[in-house]
Amino acid sequence: MTKTIVVTSGKGGVGKTTTSASIATGLAKRGYKTVVIDFDVGLRNLDLIMGCERRVVYDLVNLVNQEASLHQTLIKDKRIENLYILPASQTRDKEALTIEGIARVMHKLRKSEFDYIICDSPAGIEKGAKMALYFADEAIVTTNPEVSSVRDSDRILGILQSESKRSKMNEDPVREHLLITRYNPGRVKEGQMLSVDDIVDLLAIPLLGIIPESQSVPESSNAGKPVILDEASEAGQAYSDAIDRLLGETRPHRFMEAQKKGFLKRLFG
Amino acid sequence: MGFFKFFGAGRGDTTAQVAKDRLQVLIAHERSGRDGPDYLPMLRQDILDVIKKYVAVDDEALTVQLETQDDCDVLELNITLPEHEVRSQPSEEARRRAALRRHGQVTG
Repeated sequence: MTKTIVVTSGKGGVGKTTTSASIATGLAKRGYKTVVIDFDVGLRNLDLIMGCERRVVYDLVNLVNQEASLHQTLIKDKRIENLYILPASQTRDKEALTIEGIARVMHKLRKSEFDYIICDSPAGIEKGAKMALYFADEAIVTTNPEVSSVRDSDRILGILQSESKRSKMNEDPVREHLLITRYNPGRVKEGQMLSVDDIVDLLAIPLLGIIPESQSVPESSNAGKPVILDEASEAGQAYSDAIDRLLGETRPHRFMEAQKKGFLKRLFG
Repeated sequence: MGFFKFFGAGRGDTTAQVAKDRLQVLIAHERSGRDGPDYLPMLRQDILDVIKKYVAVDDEALTVQLETQDDCDVLELNITLPEHEVRSQPSEEARRRAALRRHGQVTG
């Protein structure tokens, strides 16, 4: 059974592509045959984060338009077995995507026995974002602890609940996961940043993970290597925990220590 | 949440708390208008204007919600009428009727 997961947020710059790259890499590392699709047609970047930018020949639009085969379009990752990248087109725009075209691509991927299809959504709520979430079984809503990001996440949750294929076909709803990125426990403790509890309260969906703000994220991007492969980094470990939870295991949330201390202090101090 | 609010008295005036309070109001408002058709805000305003012709109510006194139950859509209107408006001052008409009634009882 192929599972389709959309990584979405509404707002831009919150870490969708970083998350898509690490989630896909983490799933493949655990033995699942995984493909990560860049839906940001016109603003391709997943290839850069995955470090395969010089190997792009064909892209999603070629595949949708049947100008290239799935085999020709998929880029096989050089580090991880079972991991494939499907890049976006850089010369076209989002209008080149259609539900029918994407449905054909999804069908081909299912026939190729992929376990996971990770859809890296573009920012916004326009066509590209709606195409990315349409076929989703699960959604990872990437949110920064910041007012505009939380508001946009709530908006995208509404769209998931009304415009996904599952909602339109009256099937079981898309399973929603909250992933908080760029979390800074120190600033939360000082009352300068929304806390995990605040965001979980506001959005009211289950928490998949908390990725601490970390220098290793931009450095991994610089190197074209998903941060989950930087096993020494807190962000890498936090993504790894999130993968375990996605697969149904229980892992305590880490890297929110300062916030925990703040809680105890507020109780007893 | 209440738990945190209660114990986190020191957090009451932090920017994070301000952010949460603002988001709570905003998200609740946006969710209520999310699933409905585009005309719902205008319908709400028109209904409110009609009510205001008869009763002095606040803009917040009316909530309009469209819910889907099985095969039919249910439009739910909730109007909170101000209590004192209803009870404290009888209208001229009510006074006249009361006077007539009492008069009738005395003579009848």
